[in-house]
Amino acid sequence: MNVAIIGAGPAGCEAAFRLAEEGIQVDLIEKENVTGGNLNNWYQLFPDRKYAGELNAILRNQLNHPQIRLHLNTEAVRMERKGKGKFAVQLSDHSLLECDALLVTTGFKLFDAQRKEEYGYGIYDNVITSVELENKFMNQQLTTSTGGVPQRIGFIHCVGSRDEKICNYHCSKLCCITAVKQAIEVREMLPEAEILCFYMDMRMFGPGYEEMYREAQEKYNIKFVRGRLSEASENQNKQIIIKAEDTLIGKPLRMTLDLMVLMVGMEASEGSKKAATQLQLKQAPNGFIQPADPHYGNNRTNEEGIFIAGCSSAPMNLTDTLADARSAATALTQWLKHNCKHENE
Amino acid sequence: MNFWGYSISEARVVNYDKNDKAFAAYLAQKAPSSKLCIGCGGCTATCTAGNLTEFNIRKLQMLVKRGENEEARKSLYKCMLCGKCLLVCPRGVDTRKMILAMSEYIHRQS
Amino acid sequence: MYYDNFVLPFTIGINILIIYLIVRYTRWIRSFPKQDRKRIVKGMFSAKTLRAIKEVFLECLVHRKVYRTSPFLGYMHMCFGLGWFLLIVVGKIESTVYHTTAFNPPYFAIFFRFFHPANETFPYSNVFAFIMDLILLLILSGLLLAFTKRMYSKALGMKKTTNHRPFDLLILTVLWLIFPLRFLAESFTSGIRGGGSFLTHTAGDFFSQFLPLESLSYPAWWAYSSALGLFFILLPFSRYMHIPTEMVYIFLKNWGIKQGTAFNAFSEIQMYSCSRCGICIDRCQLNTSLGMQDTQPVYFLKKIRHHKEYAVQTENCLMCGRCEAACPVDLKLNALRLSKREDLTRITKYTYSYIPMVTPERRKVAYFAGCMGHLTPSVIRAMQHLFKQAQVEYTFIDEKEGICCGRPLMLSGNRSGASVLMEKNKAAIEASGADLLVTSCPICYKTFKEDYGLNIEVMHHSEYLNRLIESGQLQPHQADYTTVFHNPCELGRGSHVCETPEAALKAVSHKIATRYDGLNSLCCGGSLANTHITSTQRTKIAMDAVAAYAAYHPDYIVTACPLCKKTFSKKSTEIPIKDIAEIVAENC
Repeated sequence: MNVAIIGAGPAGCEAAFRLAEEGIQVDLIEKENVTGGNLNNWYQLFPDRKYAGELNAILRNQLNHPQIRLHLNTEAVRMERKGKGKFAVQLSDHSLLECDALLVTTGFKLFDAQRKEEYGYGIYDNVITSVELENKFMNQQLTTSTGGVPQRIGFIHCVGSRDEKICNYHCSKLCCITAVKQAIEVREMLPEAEILCFYMDMRMFGPGYEEMYREAQEKYNIKFVRGRLSEASENQNKQIIIKAEDTLIGKPLRMTLDLMVLMVGMEASEGSKKAATQLQLKQAPNGFIQPADPHYGNNRTNEEGIFIAGCSSAPMNLTDTLADARSAATALTQWLKHNCKHENE
Repeated sequence: MNFWGYSISEARVVNYDKNDKAFAAYLAQKAPSSKLCIGCGGCTATCTAGNLTEFNIRKLQMLVKRGENEEARKSLYKCMLCGKCLLVCPRGVDTRKMILAMSEYIHRQS
Repeated sequence: MYYDNFVLPFTIGINILIIYLIVRYTRWIRSFPKQDRKRIVKGMFSAKTLRAIKEVFLECLVHRKVYRTSPFLGYMHMCFGLGWFLLIVVGKIESTVYHTTAFNPPYFAIFFRFFHPANETFPYSNVFAFIMDLILLLILSGLLLAFTKRMYSKALGMKKTTNHRPFDLLILTVLWLIFPLRFLAESFTSGIRGGGSFLTHTAGDFFSQFLPLESLSYPAWWAYSSALGLFFILLPFSRYMHIPTEMVYIFLKNWGIKQGTAFNAFSEIQMYSCSRCGICIDRCQLNTSLGMQDTQPVYFLKKIRHHKEYAVQTENCLMCGRCEAACPVDLKLNALRLSKREDLTRITKYTYSYIPMVTPERRKVAYFAGCMGHLTPSVIRAMQHLFKQAQVEYTFIDEKEGICCGRPLMLSGNRSGASVLMEKNKAAIEASGADLLVTSCPICYKTFKEDYGLNIEVMHHSEYLNRLIESGQLQPHQADYTTVFHNPCELGRGSHVCETPEAALKAVSHKIATRYDGLNSLCCGGSLANTHITSTQRTKIAMDAVAAYAAYHPDYIVTACPLCKKTFSKKSTEIPIKDIAEIVAENC
């Protein structure tokens, strides 16, 4: 019994380990030269501010398992169903994998903030994305484009999420809590700065999230403005002038920021789209792969023997991603046992 | 009877039971996309008129939805119909259609 | 005297028709405003009349514009128009040559073969007979195509043909019967006593072999005359009213009558001039992208004419002008649609008194980004860069507190409201002391140019950039990448600016020629003129348009309108969408 896993992000790594523990032979395929996927771009994680590298290391160590073959720098070029319930995966190193089942853990892609032209990303120097901010945290250097210390920093929620104008109707779930976490991190680096979050709704869905939101207000003096940014412009000093309505006051608000952080949302990754096309997997209207059933078949797909875990099916935080990976491992193990029994008979 | 100067000022509360909701019903029927509004305020933020005078399109349509129709009668026409709000609305509300429907209703009433 | 009772249906029909038309047209023209009637009198005795005659010949008879849509369709229309016309004219000449006087009753020429004894020759009688047969053949071939079109429209290059009322189908049948009946009547007569030429003579010989022509020929003439008479009597109540009305329209148009803001007698003349050919249906992206087949001008005008409800149709139009550009009758379809949009507000100067007076810096060149322009900052960035490159001192009129140009209000039917905004903007533009106004928004551009009455030159940025390139103030290099150009509706079809943006684009990139160049450009779907379709439907139109341009595999799809750019960018596209200013700026 062997399984091919497409993508060695957190979901792929965790599922690989759990399957291996069940005695299943796993081929873990990763196009990059390192495992961890998007986790590599993060500095600290909510809600406990664990270093992302720490979690990444745990997941990576688990892969040192006799039952796991890790293929780094390898892309799954062509995935297809072979006869007798077998799958064939053509790899970019010209080898051909045969397996009994497939697990698609192709993760997500970050929204390209340039598509939201009125926010000025790629046009104004002091507009950055949340991921670029994580990078600044890693380097422990937070300055404006001209090298100054930012006095006022604004976080813009829902960039690329919940927006009909770019045809992304879905909520990316994590951006709210990420903004709160990042605002706190900024406060720790810049005790004097004014930090504001511009939100439509605060969606604090996880354990400890709402508490973190409270703490951000109480302890870290983060200000929250309920209003969506309509557009931004730049002044002579390269500061960003934003327009939003302070909807709780009911008046348009204009504000000058030294640094504007766009909380970019999640979209279906290219890998997910490719897998969906090659394997005829159903996609939700937002492009993510559709589970067979939202309750008791969330790791199954419309295709027998093809499973999904993590952000290939929907935006998910790390807690849910890892849980989803383990759940996928369970579902896969059961399915394999059931299927191989049939073969032996 | 406000004899002593202590009474609940009627103007302070949205008396939803009493309010005339026909306008709201007309709006929902004529411009169905207006139902999609989540009150983010993007429209008001970008609004040319709203940045120059007391005109808040988000608030105005929300008031109509609650049967508070006075504001619409008073200031709807300050809108220039330029359509910037249409271009920023994250919910795809056809704001121009919404405004035209409102002015149509007011026109019919008078 | 040449007379027979069978000419009565024809004679009665044509007389009723002529009287009806005279009364109708007189009443229409008398209800024109005074200055329009003056214009007619003035125009009548000028070269404009000659131009009108030429246009009548080319459009009503030859149907030149239909050829552009499809040669087959053009040929079909020409067969009827020109064919019938020649049949009348050559017939009249023939009868005059025979009779040696023009003063014979009208029916004499029409039924010439009946009255003229075949053995009696006259100058060129054989030539005439040959020509008349040739013309009849022309018409019959057109009829065959028309029949095919009714049954299978795609054969004639039309995906969708017009749906007609039962009454119109009846008169269509009558019309279609006229020429086969003439053919039979003439053939039968020829079969009995000779005459005719290669067509009717041959057919007459052929029929005489097995048909009792003696008893059939006279009823055939009756049938032919009756079909004609019936057609003439039904004509005013059918779509065929377009045949005489189109000619009147062409003359009035050439004499300088314009479709104004109200739906008036001239609008009615246009409405009756619509032949319901249905060419507008395929041109309309509401049909091709959304499958809406009840809102095109043909149906809009039909509903008005037959007093059906048309409120939805009034709103459901992108006013992209694609139909107008292809309309073989040259009807002012956008203006007609707009004339039905009502102003339901009471906007006065006071309503907009909150708008402050803007006093921009005084410069030779004024720049106006437009409302939408502020949502595409990369276009403004590019323009600022290019002004600097070309060392042009300019003033940015709506940098901070710009207001709307007024055109969106106008598109909703509110001219009075728009005029208040125009006054405000005009004052700001004039206060700048500029002698050139450059705008990035084609919507603003059209109204600045047409409605503002500015005494200074107005240019869209694409035109201006081309001028700067031509004058050498900008010296861009030609990039290696390929581009296609999406000409915004208000710029290309709306303001007839087609060559200059393309020239600018060619100077900085390898522009691929597409079938959507010039007046055939598509609509992005974002149009403010339509207040009926949903946001999702707009996206569908936009993505279909993007796919059409993407089929040419360019590196960039280039437009020149902030609204087009935003609408096209709703979905992530494989080929980036850029404004022409961005492309020029990249290469300067």
